Amino acid sequence: MDVFSDSANIDTYVTGFLWILKLTAAGAVGALVLGVLLAGMRVSPVPVLRGVGTAWVNIFRNTPLTLIVFFCYFGLYSALGFELSDDIDTNNYWLGVVGLSVYTAAFVCEAIRSGINTVPVGQAEAARAIGMSFLQTLRIIILPQAGRAVVAPLGSIFIALAKNATIVGTIGLMESSSAMKELINANGDAVIPIFLVFAGTFAVVLIPTGYLFGWLANRLAVKR
Amino acid sequence: MSANTDAVLYDHPGPRAKARNLILTILFGIALVALLWWIYSKFDEKGQWAAPLWKPFLEGETWTSYILPGLWSTIKAAAVAMVLSLVFGIIFSVGRLSDHWWIRIPAGAIVEFFRAVPLLLMMFFIFFGIPFLTEQPMPPFWAVVIGLTLYNGSVLAEAFRAGINSVPRGQSEAGYAIGMRKSLVMREILIPQAARAMLPVIVSQLVVLVKDTALGYIIGYTELLQDGVNTVGANFGNIVAAALVAAVIYIALNASLTFFAGYLERRSRRTGKAPRVGAAAGPTEEATPVVAPGGGLSGGGGIA
Repeated sequence: MDVFSDSANIDTYVTGFLWILKLTAAGAVGALVLGVLLAGMRVSPVPVLRGVGTAWVNIFRNTPLTLIVFFCYFGLYSALGFELSDDIDTNNYWLGVVGLSVYTAAFVCEAIRSGINTVPVGQAEAARAIGMSFLQTLRIIILPQAGRAVVAPLGSIFIALAKNATIVGTIGLMESSSAMKELINANGDAVIPIFLVFAGTFAVVLIPTGYLFGWLANRLAVKR
Repeated sequence: MSANTDAVLYDHPGPRAKARNLILTILFGIALVALLWWIYSKFDEKGQWAAPLWKPFLEGETWTSYILPGLWSTIKAAAVAMVLSLVFGIIFSVGRLSDHWWIRIPAGAIVEFFRAVPLLLMMFFIFFGIPFLTEQPMPPFWAVVIGLTLYNGSVLAEAFRAGINSVPRGQSEAGYAIGMRKSLVMREILIPQAARAMLPVIVSQLVVLVKDTALGYIIGYTELLQDGVNTVGANFGNIVAAALVAAVIYIALNASLTFFAGYLERRSRRTGKAPRVGAAAGPTEEATPVVAPGGGLSGGGGIA
């Protein structure tokens, strides 16, 4: 483990995982807000909104994230001139967040929509019977129950998001997989320890997170 | 797929609701058109609609020398990885259900590990790390295929395990009762039913696999993103146009895969009953995404 006694290498490792953490946090917020909005649109009485929601899901769920992130950099930034910050790293970070959010939102939308399907029809009928409008039914009755039903799938989606955050390395952010690549190329004699440390960090954080979401899903499930 | 529940969220529109919905439709329609116009004019401002940028896509040579070879490499890597990861998934799901702890525990550890490690990290290790150990260069094709197999195979192993657990107990008990061995019960009774029950999950994971071939671009495998977007974009200076064309190709590829799955599902429903999924699955239930049965273009919910 000589590689990790060098403080510069430790720095590379820590910075890499800090980027992943920041990308995951901002991406999760963006994807959740956008995803709930899209799910609401897909079940709404207005055909235009349903169409937009359906189109969004089918487009972004079937496009590789690598291509989306690539487009955020070369399309939005280089060709169309969307600049989100003067600092190169911060700019790439926000471009990455945009890419991760629009991609993950499609998955969040579908998870929430299938969550809506688990709420018994009687709930919505009762809400309508006491005169609630569509937005009230959705906001007060359906979404809170659907939200509890989708904790487990949302957990899988956010775990996937944390892993997908490595793809932002494509546009030059020194996140953990790029950091590992650099360390491997500089220390060819310690390939296995480097891989085990980087992969192990992901495993040690993400495997318990998966079980945590499973436990949470059980606890929060609406007992019917 | 959910027309019955969606329509339940609001009353059947009367005259007032109809009028309101019409107004909302018009308002949001105008907003949508305005948004599309804004995107169009942004492109226009930067001259992205200029004919020279799009003309290459009307010429056969762009397709035959860049896009189609790239697409072929994508399909080749995806096809090999699909077969290998299905095999990997079946072997490890059966391994995790083994009666012997010395098979069960290592199989479980391997599956959990490869599910938790980002695919890109894995590919970087295979492509840049392994050559240091073997002192031979690693072909990018195999780095992509091995990475895809380990990750998607592990996810599929969990899907198969959930599927096998969802087959009613009576099925395997009946098998044992007529004197079958465990391996025969697995092969002849449990796996076929599990595969049918988990078909939507399996297919959406295969869609994920096709999309993940694009990671090959990062390690220099010349697939659709590399050939069709990077090289075309570099040659004609039309990277935005090239990226949009490539996105359409990916979407068509994945949509046809999903469509094929819907066809398979309808067929299998005709010939026999698939067991209900969702109840069983043991401690790692989170492995099974909530999947609305039915499919269509947006069916299934693979783990990105």
